[in-house]
Amino acid sequence: MAVKPLTGNYAAAWAARRARVKVVAAFPITPQTTIVEKLAQFIERGELDAKIIRVESEHSALAAVYGAAAGGARAFTATGSHGLMYMHEMLWWVAGSRVPLVMAVAMRTLGPPWNIWTDHSDAMDQRDTGWLIMFAEHNQEVFDELIKMFKVTEDEKVYLPGIVNLDAFILSHTTEPVDIPDQEVIDSFLPPRKQPYVMKAGNGLTMGNIPKDLRENMEMREDIFRAQERAKRVIEEVDEEWYRLTGRRYGGLIECYRCEDADHYIAGVGAWVGDMREAVDRLRSENGLRVGLLKIRYFRPFPREEISKWLSNAKSLIVFDRSVSPGSAGPLFLDVVTHTTLAGLRLPIKNVLAGLTGLDVTYEDIENVVLKSVGEVEESGTFRNFIEWHYGGEA
Amino acid sequence: MSDEVKQVLPLAKPMEGVSGKTGTWRVTKPVFHNDKCVKCRLCWLYCPESVIEIVDREDAFITINYDYCKGCGICSDVCPTKAIDLVPEGE
Repeated sequence: MAVKPLTGNYAAAWAARRARVKVVAAFPITPQTTIVEKLAQFIERGELDAKIIRVESEHSALAAVYGAAAGGARAFTATGSHGLMYMHEMLWWVAGSRVPLVMAVAMRTLGPPWNIWTDHSDAMDQRDTGWLIMFAEHNQEVFDELIKMFKVTEDEKVYLPGIVNLDAFILSHTTEPVDIPDQEVIDSFLPPRKQPYVMKAGNGLTMGNIPKDLRENMEMREDIFRAQERAKRVIEEVDEEWYRLTGRRYGGLIECYRCEDADHYIAGVGAWVGDMREAVDRLRSENGLRVGLLKIRYFRPFPREEISKWLSNAKSLIVFDRSVSPGSAGPLFLDVVTHTTLAGLRLPIKNVLAGLTGLDVTYEDIENVVLKSVGEVEESGTFRNFIEWHYGGEA
Repeated sequence: MSDEVKQVLPLAKPMEGVSGKTGTWRVTKPVFHNDKCVKCRLCWLYCPESVIEIVDREDAFITINYDYCKGCGICSDVCPTKAIDLVPEGE
């Protein structure tokens, strides 16, 4: 065990190294590039026994590691932003073929105009692909979750690929102390790779041909849906196993911070959850507001049961989205509203759209939003607006 | 837990005609003329559907399986002696 000062990207590279990946392919894009740069260095120094496939695009990068994974190798790639958009088609192929594969996404704003700062639009655009989708809050979580993701994706109850998202620069290029367990510890945690089938020479097998029976085709979709549901328990079990090994646990799909006695709640995904913690602490100590924070770690599968359980006695909820579906609302908000409504909850829920295109959001901004919005609820029982764009400063 | 897991996978073993008789897609048909054939085998090599078979009979060096030939015309294109004509289907 060794604590190293690592950027989020280097933490991701260390996770791939500790998972003993055999094949890496990626195409350079800011802010992802240093993940594969580090992996190339590990391989060059003989510290990681793996092959790097140099490719001409992100579409090819995922295709290459997909082929390796279908052939039985533990494989890894990383991208972000426009690279992820270009890769999008292949995400459907990997999930549809049920081949376990792990990817890190350094989340970055989509153009135009060109912009390299964090935003969750690229990650949220992968919502319906069938991949498990996780958002990390800090660099230790990037490392831990990538290791765990290999185990979850290679579980026979799941057999789906998975993404760990990290915010551009806030995590990708910011150095934090990260505990990297020894190789033997990870080896004892990660069993040899399992997958539903292996493509190999001499064994005639085709994947994805035109189906004769569309009913079977639809059953494949339902099976992915069910595998996502089954993944919930696997994620929780793997989280507990990791805790026994390292002393670190994250609550599975969701963490609720200071929720035991909370009246009002806020929710979010990604690095700014750290600022939300700070805001919750200050709102409690300086304003006497009992606010709880729902840190949604997994967006797919969506932790609908846990969210509804925590909110059963809540007076209000504010969902912070760092991306938006124009013509509707923020994607996190939409899922939260859908599933709390299905669970029979009738609390006022508000969507705050902030930090898009990388605009800085501080804990003071979050405090301002909560003070104003919760004030409205305390006064009238509901919010004045249900979708609000917040640019910082006074709410 | 594992007994409730029953993956539905998009896998198939390769076999002849797995997608039905794709020859019905054809709009042009390759017609082979044995008298011009020099037995170079280029048509056999280039056919993307493997529907050309080398039979090496006196009346025909190759046969074309029209059940699966889609009429792409590659055989006619690569033939150095123009021994394969491409004619509109139905004529």
